Amino acid sequence: MSEALLRDVASLAIRLATERGATDAECTIAEGDEFSATVRLGEVETLKEAGSRAAGLRVLLGQRQGSSYTSDLTDEGISQMVDAAIAIAHITEEDPFAGLPGKEELGQLTTDLKLVEADVANVEAAARIDAAKRAEASALAADPRITNSEGAGCETYSGCRVFANSRGFLGSYSSTTASLSATPVARQGEEMERDYWHSISRSWAGLESPEDVGRKAAHRAARRLGARKIETCKATVVFEPRVAKSLLGHIFEAVSGESIYRKSSFLLDKLDQQIAAATVTVIDDATIPGYFGTSPFDDEGVPSRRTVVIENGVLKNYLFNTYAARKLNAKTTGNGARGLTGAAGIGHGTLYLEPGSLTPDEIFAAVGTGLYITELIGFGVNTVTGDYSRGAAGLWIEDGKLSYPVAEITVAGNLAEMLKNIVHIGSDLEFRGSTCAPTIAISNITISGK
Amino acid sequence: MSQLSNLFGQKFGLTERDLERYLSEALSKGGDYADLYFEYLATSSISLDESIVKSATQGVSLGVGVRVLSGERTGYAYSDDLSPDRILKAARTAACIASGPATELTAGLKSAEQRNLYPVPILAGDTPLVERVQLVKRADAAARAHDSRVFQVQAIYADSVRHVLVATSDGRLSTDIQPMARLNVAALAREDNGVPQRGYAGGGGRVGLDFFTGAHSPEAFAEDSARQAILQLHAIDAPAGEMTVVLGPGWPGILLHEAVGHGLEADFNRKGVSAFSGRIGQQVASPLCTVVDDGTIASRRGSLNVDDEGETTQQNVLIENGVLRGYLTDKLSARLTGGQSTGSGRRENYQHYPMPRMTNTFMLAGESDPEEIVRSVKKGLYCSNFGGGQVDITSGNFVFSASESFLIEDGKITSPVRGATLIGNGPEALKYISMVGTDLKLDLGIGVCGKEGQSVPVGVGMPTIKIDQMTVGGTR
Repeated sequence: MSEALLRDVASLAIRLATERGATDAECTIAEGDEFSATVRLGEVETLKEAGSRAAGLRVLLGQRQGSSYTSDLTDEGISQMVDAAIAIAHITEEDPFAGLPGKEELGQLTTDLKLVEADVANVEAAARIDAAKRAEASALAADPRITNSEGAGCETYSGCRVFANSRGFLGSYSSTTASLSATPVARQGEEMERDYWHSISRSWAGLESPEDVGRKAAHRAARRLGARKIETCKATVVFEPRVAKSLLGHIFEAVSGESIYRKSSFLLDKLDQQIAAATVTVIDDATIPGYFGTSPFDDEGVPSRRTVVIENGVLKNYLFNTYAARKLNAKTTGNGARGLTGAAGIGHGTLYLEPGSLTPDEIFAAVGTGLYITELIGFGVNTVTGDYSRGAAGLWIEDGKLSYPVAEITVAGNLAEMLKNIVHIGSDLEFRGSTCAPTIAISNITISGK
Repeated sequence: MSQLSNLFGQKFGLTERDLERYLSEALSKGGDYADLYFEYLATSSISLDESIVKSATQGVSLGVGVRVLSGERTGYAYSDDLSPDRILKAARTAACIASGPATELTAGLKSAEQRNLYPVPILAGDTPLVERVQLVKRADAAARAHDSRVFQVQAIYADSVRHVLVATSDGRLSTDIQPMARLNVAALAREDNGVPQRGYAGGGGRVGLDFFTGAHSPEAFAEDSARQAILQLHAIDAPAGEMTVVLGPGWPGILLHEAVGHGLEADFNRKGVSAFSGRIGQQVASPLCTVVDDGTIASRRGSLNVDDEGETTQQNVLIENGVLRGYLTDKLSARLTGGQSTGSGRRENYQHYPMPRMTNTFMLAGESDPEEIVRSVKKGLYCSNFGGGQVDITSGNFVFSASESFLIEDGKITSPVRGATLIGNGPEALKYISMVGTDLKLDLGIGVCGKEGQSVPVGVGMPTIKIDQMTVGGTR
């Protein structure tokens, strides 16, 4: 469906909802087309092509609220969705803080945010197959120890999102992404290791070359061979950007207004206090053209903005949607986020850690002895208490340089202390997604091994 | 031809002739095999927070996925519109994976035999919403009544019913109606103005509302979540390093899911990228261990009458007395390796093609008295509850996070310790199992397994076991 038709569908849902007794209503519609190819050992493995769309509705009956969704966007489907939302709202209870943003809070950025790149729509299936084949071939050729492959994949996506509410907001935006990845397997005797590299861009032309993707993936997999388990110790741990960004994810969870009003955050009651090393500045910005966390408005119809979360180690702002803001007697920061249905939760734009001045090599030299982490696995992070314990793999740092690979260990600490113990921040910030960080070094982390 | 007697016939006028037409179109460019997966999913959920039923949602999604196999290649397309022209278009798109003359559809469709592992007299979705609301309200009241230090309670109840129809070019027509219901309770507790701690409990399965009584009542889940949160208030830091670990019965079976289950999925093994590749017949665990994956247990969350390729599910022995016996196989891997499907082809929904997945994975009971197992440990860790886990199937390294554990000192369970991740290597870790208890227990029905972006409901189970050596990722 065209963006204009989807806007009509959203408007219809709002009109029917108010006609049928809703005091307020919000409708979200998402449409997307995905095309993907995967190859393995030089042959096409899967081709997938499909489009889907669905609508979600939230209605308020005074202070009660109900939600529904449907993939049937015909007039009849929308009418049924409206009835379902109103019916289920009757079983909920009055929530004094429920409600839409004020009319004066609604709006959207009108500059070109460069979320759509025309070349994505023109990519032929053969080009996706070719890119994936070249990426995999490059990985297999890069190192004699790369003996197998879990494959390579290439995907293009174009989508559209529409939001309307009963206070007069109607907005929509389209976006595109292209991605390419390779996952080679390295072998040495009985030992096998895999790793991957992944490139993502708003445009087809913006992807890293398939050869680079393959080469980087191969280098990552091969350097894991010969991994040792080390003795249990305390050490400085260096997180490469790909794993460092997970730390920003934990900060996000802890500064989300939802965690704050529930008193379930290790950063509760810490505004204007030093919570991290003085070198730490964290920004949430949904307004930077072309970036992955950018949008003209949030999922409640509030204009996107830039918010300083941590400045020079001092916690400056929590992130709010309308609901959390009302609970805490604050204003929304334009961080409303939702799938299709229900009340908005809290999300972020492009959340990133400001870079420092050292290259990764300079950080290894400064650290001297420690652990460089290239992979974290598991879910052992508790942002209520800050307790942190995850599985890790990487390389040992000796004499200021990377040496042998390390695996089957855990790293543990408490996030509140870890943020204060950040001793180095790299200069290597790249915007590869909506959460981004440069290399980070943190002292005094417990490594559990032998 | 008359309409099919299931929901897709009644609601959308689908006939056997339609299915044959779509399958023929899918094979119009050649291809070895094609299948259609029709799905109609109706869901509802109710959520309570701060003692208010704040929100409730209901909705329907439906669609059809068309798959064509040609050698090792898979073509896949789907439509969220069940009109014939849209399904034919999806079939033509998926057909493009092959390039050659059309493959003739030879076998007429034949309905697979029916069984019902989850007879639910009244589907949860057909009971009045008001009754379902009571579940979350009762959970809230019970968690708060359990202890005055509980200051936040969230309770979520969700149910769904999924109608599926699978038609295959080798002539199999399977249908199923798959109910699911689940209640989760999360509690936060704190003393004075100290650090809050959380607890989490829940359960469910392919059940109706009548399931939520007795040991599965909202009160039981609520009290368990409150108990865990209170317990953590005085927990000490977890130890770090290698030590003896005793895992309690039930949910700790997530160990098996991560340590061996994923590594035994046939797609990884066919490609030689799993740490278990080529190890059938080898000793991969202590002789005390027999591990099965069983999709046929009545009413369990991971159970299925037929898998998402229309194959009848079964009990599959993965490890017998420590020896690796078999992999979990879908139709594609079975075709390529000359084996049989083990009824393990699953997918999240019609937007995805199936792959080999687990159902309910558990270890059979052994002969040791669970109390004797604990008494045998001089110094170690006892873990009775876990959060999630993850595995790197190629190196075999896996983790799982303990959410409730205690020190064992001189054969006795003593101080509660804070959350910690446990790490091990799949083909090695289970060799250190030195005692297996008599107390096999399955989990309460809240497991979700993720693989390549697709989530499916699963179950796990285990008796109490003793692992002589495992790395615990604490700080002390």
